[in-house]
Amino acid sequence: MRIYADNAATTRMSDTAISVMLDCMKNIYGNPSNQFYSVGQAAKDKLEECRAQIAAVINAEPREIIFTSGGSEADNQAILSAAEYGRRRGKTHIISTAFEHHAVLHTLKKLEKSGFTITLLPVHENGVVDVCELVAAMRDDTCLVTVMTVNNEIGTIQPIAEIGAVCRERGVFFHTDAVQAVGHLPIDVKAMQTDMLSASAHKFHGPKGVGFLYVKKGAPVYPLIEGGAQERGKRAGTENIPGIAAMTAALQESVDNMDSVKARLTPIRDHIIKGLSGIPHSALNGDPVSRVCGNVNFSFEGIEGESLLILLDQKGICASSGSACTSGSLDPSHVLLAIGREHGVAHGSLRLSLGDDATMEEADHIVDSVKEIVAHLRSFSPVWRDLQTGKREYIL
Amino acid sequence: MPLYSEKVMEHFLHPRNVGIIEDADAVGEVGNMKCGDIMKMYLKIDDNVISDVKFETFGCASAIASSSMATELIKGKPVEDAMKLTNQAVAEALDGLPDYKMHCSVLAQEAIEAAINDYKEKNPEKFPITY
Repeated sequence: MRIYADNAATTRMSDTAISVMLDCMKNIYGNPSNQFYSVGQAAKDKLEECRAQIAAVINAEPREIIFTSGGSEADNQAILSAAEYGRRRGKTHIISTAFEHHAVLHTLKKLEKSGFTITLLPVHENGVVDVCELVAAMRDDTCLVTVMTVNNEIGTIQPIAEIGAVCRERGVFFHTDAVQAVGHLPIDVKAMQTDMLSASAHKFHGPKGVGFLYVKKGAPVYPLIEGGAQERGKRAGTENIPGIAAMTAALQESVDNMDSVKARLTPIRDHIIKGLSGIPHSALNGDPVSRVCGNVNFSFEGIEGESLLILLDQKGICASSGSACTSGSLDPSHVLLAIGREHGVAHGSLRLSLGDDATMEEADHIVDSVKEIVAHLRSFSPVWRDLQTGKREYIL
Repeated sequence: MPLYSEKVMEHFLHPRNVGIIEDADAVGEVGNMKCGDIMKMYLKIDDNVISDVKFETFGCASAIASSSMATELIKGKPVEDAMKLTNQAVAEALDGLPDYKMHCSVLAQEAIEAAINDYKEKNPEKFPITY
């Protein structure tokens, strides 16, 4: 049995997306910029058909969609554009959160070095932003608020519509990194009152290397990549038509199946949470209710995450961890630290992000395997011994 | 290509000399929670020979494999030889470690050093200061 439970990292492409992609590669090979012959026109038609379809799914206008190489590019472009627009008007303050994706945090770090002031809001123990704290952090020179829709590690859902309303009221641009939300939660950019939104195809069973940025008409957007006039001059480079078409098909499919997937996965997720809660000195990371239906994130005291992952792989389970060892850095997950987990506990974390086809039998196998492996690793952990003998105090 | 060599996986999945020695002659513990690696070595020493060794490790697969391999390399060896064990020797015996995991082999070397230093402190008469 192999259980792929790392869908927040990436998803397997859907059969529909693969067949659309293949068909496009075989038959729609023209350059959409060359419309003087039918081959180019077909490509242009496909491109605009996809744009309209994606716009409809998120309640936007087609001209508000810019195709990108993925979520990171979309995040970079949104933030750098709003920052540049602000700088020209003497506004150099940006508000974000401590647990954003690195595509956002590293872009903000770069802006900080060039003179911007960045406020990172706390995300509290439950991993949810407090809108009152956002309001309190706003200044006259705030040019952008960027808050993710769903956190990629702990799956917590942020109060995006409330944040959007607050920003709209004060005339501050609002961007949301919705990479973990698009295709999984209903997205309505008008209801969310967001000015910019980033999405990535491979998080909803589309291909890697393609995504999109929604930019509300009138909001600033400058190109990151200079060159031709593609994407109305906002993103140069011949469009990735097979990728865009496959993304569109995958998104439509995900949206069509959203309700049934949620109804099926929620009890499976809760079954895993209940099962893992039976492991002594463990804890769920992030709010138990305000989280996406496929995410389970746990910390286990006295063990280290990478060992857990490799042993899970031996049992056919693919998962991920916020342990430093799995990120190649010395520090554990900034998300877990942001919700107040101590280093030792953050190292011993496990993220399971379920696939749409997950079953209760698989959930049982996951719970049994994690229980067995945690007990095994604790059996020769000096930290666990110290906890048990009272030399060290339990955190969880 | 897998992240780890077969040797690392073998020692991670079936670690040797796991556990504690209740009446150990020396104990060494290194590492810290912040970095996510803690290693503890227990030695039994008879006539300056390491007659038994056990370890406990909180850490990643390469930390556990490094501890396991290090215990194998010093078991039955004179204390003087164990003191000379290098992290490179541990890594080589494991058919190599990824660059960013080399610190795990360093930790294993340091854990043994810490245990031997503990032994020296407890038994100064066995280690006369030579000028």
